[in-house]
This record gives sequence, C-alpha cells and structure tokens, in this order.
Amino acid sequence: MQVTLRIKRFNPEADTQSHFENYQVEVEPTDRVLDALQTVKWYQDGTLTLRRSCAHGICGSDAMLINGRNRLACKVLIRDLGNKIQIEPMRGFRVLKDLVVDMEPFFAKYRQVMPYLVNNDPVPQTERLQSPEEHERFEDTTKCILCAACTTACPSYWSNHEFLGPAAIVQGHRFIFDSRDQLKSERLAVLNDMTGVWRCRTIFNCVEACPRGIDVTKAIGEVKKAILFGKT
Amino acid sequence: MVPIVQGLLGALTYRGSEGQWAWLLHRLSGIGVLLFLALHILDIFLLGLGPGVFDELLFIYKAPPFRVMEVFLIFGVLYHAINGIRIMIIDFWPQSTLVQRTLFRVELVIVAIIFIPAAIAMLAPIFRG
Repeated sequence: MQVTLRIKRFNPEADTQSHFENYQVEVEPTDRVLDALQTVKWYQDGTLTLRRSCAHGICGSDAMLINGRNRLACKVLIRDLGNKIQIEPMRGFRVLKDLVVDMEPFFAKYRQVMPYLVNNDPVPQTERLQSPEEHERFEDTTKCILCAACTTACPSYWSNHEFLGPAAIVQGHRFIFDSRDQLKSERLAVLNDMTGVWRCRTIFNCVEACPRGIDVTKAIGEVKKAILFGKT
Repeated sequence: MVPIVQGLLGALTYRGSEGQWAWLLHRLSGIGVLLFLALHILDIFLLGLGPGVFDELLFIYKAPPFRVMEVFLIFGVLYHAINGIRIMIIDFWPQSTLVQRTLFRVELVIVAIIFIPAAIAMLAPIFRG
C-alpha cells in the first residue's frame, strides 16, 4: 500500500524553524513505521535523521510523536495508522536534528534518583535473595527502557521542565520498593521535592504512551503514599 | 511562551484519552470558578456603598445571559468537585489506576444526573418568560 509520511524536519545548519515535508512510500500494511522511515532515508532523502538501534522495542531509541501520540516507531504497524502518518520529534526536549532530540536533561533526571542498588551489608557468598512476593512489589517498574515516551507525553513536564518526569519516578520506584535496597529515604527525599512526585496530576498520558505497558501512574501513586505514610 | 499555557496548549494537540481531558476540564472549570468568585467578591463589596447601589446592579444577575452563565458555573463547580474526589481516590488507592477509565465514566454519569435537572430548573424561567 502507498502511505504519505508527513515528517517534521529541522536542520540546525540551515533552518531557523522546523517545517513539515511529505514523502510517498510503498509499504506493506504489516510493516512498521520505522520501516517506512528507513525507506525514506535509504531511497528518497538520506538527510532524514532519526535514532534507532535494536529496532525491536527493547532499546528505546526511536520514541517519537506518531499521529499525535508518543510511540516507538519500531512497534507501530502501518495498518493501525492508515495511509496518512504524521511524525514529529518528542515534545519538551530540544530538537537537535529532524527526529533526534537532546536526551541529556532526561538522563540528568534519571541520575537524580540514583538508579542503582545500594546495600552496605557485607558482600554475601551467594546472591542477595528475595522472595517472589518481595520481587512482585517492583516487577512492573523493572520493565522501563528509558525511551522517554512517558515524560514527553506529560503535560506537567511540558509546563515545567524542572519536573523529574514519570520515567525518573518509575526508576526511583524500582529501587524504593526493592527489599535489598538501603537508600530508600534518600530516594524518597529526592522525589518529595517540589520537582518530584507532587507535580503528577494523574493525567495518565504516561500510561497510554508507555511501550512496555508499565502502569506508571500507579507507580507514582505508590511513591506518593510511601512519602506520605513512610511505608515502603 | 508562558509554561502553563504551553502545558494547556500541548494537551489540546496531543491525542491523550480520558485522563487528559479530565485534567484539562478540571483546570478550565477551576479557572472559571475562580473568576466567578472574584466577581462575587466584587458585588458583595458594592454592598458597602449602600443597599441602593447593590439593588441597582442586581439587574445584571437577573438578565437571561447571566442565567446561562450561572448554568456553566453550576457545571464547573459540580465537575471540579466530583473530579477532585476521583483524583483523591486515585491518589490514596493507587490500585484504582487500573480502572481509571471506568472511574471517569462513572464520574460523568454522576455529574450528568445532578447537572441536567439543575440546568432545566435554572433555565425554565427564561423560557416561561
């Protein structure tokens, strides 16, 4: 089938403002948006710039605004979108070129929640064990691939770029509710800041956008309750 | 652009679902109620200038267009209050996020059940003349 891709382009060396360009591409209905974008790049316009790495929904490189919603280009099928597809870079980040945005502010916020296990007990001979029930507490938030689809779909983040954003809170949740971790109070203090969980207005755009199906708002709600009642 | 406007405009062009529209309507109804409150403080203040001035200005509130605006006010207060309860339920019982769409629909039904009869009662005098 023939589809029209309407892609938001921006070349920092030539443009002062971004603009849309249309491309006609011949694709199979079962192709993904990424296939259509690569067809454009490989056969029509080599200057089209985008990020992609694994192309199988695991690395989280190709999150973008597809027909008004944040999606991974490698996980959306053409047949689910119709023959007119609008593609824009994610909102809220500085556009470097075309669909590539500056992810550094995103990773700076990720680092703020200290996304690594901290345990000062003597190193055991075997693994640090935990029961399946203990793991279940944070299983959902281990699925995050840091694609930023949630953070850039969040109106609270659009309004205030100081807000840590859903992704960083999800990462905080992953360790706060881990029975082996010993840095809970420090993490909760970071998330209790003015730029932390209280900026969440339970809008659910993050949940809709997450390509991994993480119930982000539930995780944020659990962190809010942990701060409020001091229980993890 | 003012960041808060950026957030509101973003929501108008992002294809979010129930949660986003619920939030947007919550904001707009909040602003509407706040404006009405400011107006109300102003008219009560006019009472200080004497009952004559106050009675004189009451014709504004009796005018049909104002009655229609009051219907909007009822909707704003009602929606803002009931949506606020929904937000509290979500905040205190994170499990409820799994049924958030249903929660929003139930909320709309409750708003409709209270709002429609209230609106009919408020607008009826205009049509009766």
